[in-house]
Amino acid sequence: MRDGTPGTVRVRFFARYAELVGREETALTVSLPATVEEVVRRLRVELPGAHDLPERPLAAVNSKHVKLDSYVKDGDEVALLPPLAGGSGPVARRYDATLYETA
Amino acid sequence: MTYLTRDPIAIERLLTDAACPGLGGTCVFLGTVRNGADEHGVTGIEYSGYEEMVEAEFARIIAEVRERWPAARAAVRHRLGLVPVGAASIGIAVAAPHRAEAFAACRYIIEAVKQRVPVWKKELRDDGTAIWVDPSGHPVPAGPQ
Repeated sequence: MRDGTPGTVRVRFFARYAELVGREETALTVSLPATVEEVVRRLRVELPGAHDLPERPLAAVNSKHVKLDSYVKDGDEVALLPPLAGGSGPVARRYDATLYETA
Repeated sequence: MTYLTRDPIAIERLLTDAACPGLGGTCVFLGTVRNGADEHGVTGIEYSGYEEMVEAEFARIIAEVRERWPAARAAVRHRLGLVPVGAASIGIAVAAPHRAEAFAACRYIIEAVKQRVPVWKKELRDDGTAIWVDPSGHPVPAGPQ
């Protein structure tokens, strides 16, 4: 793959994020290599409603949690995940990108 | 194997799935929808999820349990859709040779679920409002249904 090769990723939104952007998915063409963080940055600028998404959301690529500095490939499915709902008690409060960056 | 259901959690089925004649300790965990002192007129919770990833993440968690406690057998169901107060949204059954492994593996699964499984909760209130449950402690009003 040469630098600058275009690649298209499918981006999926869930729960509150889907309400913010008014849709459950979109396609985004990026210049490869590109990270998940770059995908989020582009979306926040280009997609109506997406500016209210956090700059550093939890993310998954192809159904696996990833760090935001992970690279995407053409055809990948990138999911932006609102804070996970299971842990409203005091045991587990850390529901942001750092959870997977420090693991 | 599917770990998701839109029907009430069938506890007997979980026990059957986990049971094995050589396993003498079985631990069951149920997470139920509550309307306690910290809640405000909750009538139910609408659960939604990234279903493909929920299935994949549960499979990874169960594989980790097999690696840590090779003799244990685990069964898990998570409910999606509207779950009324008092009903279970998740059920976990773990059978192991002895109780210590059964409790440990069951605890491992529920803590992993809370941290990793992409399921979201929208609390429905008796005044007609709904909020997204956010572990940051800052509930967010839900948009139009």
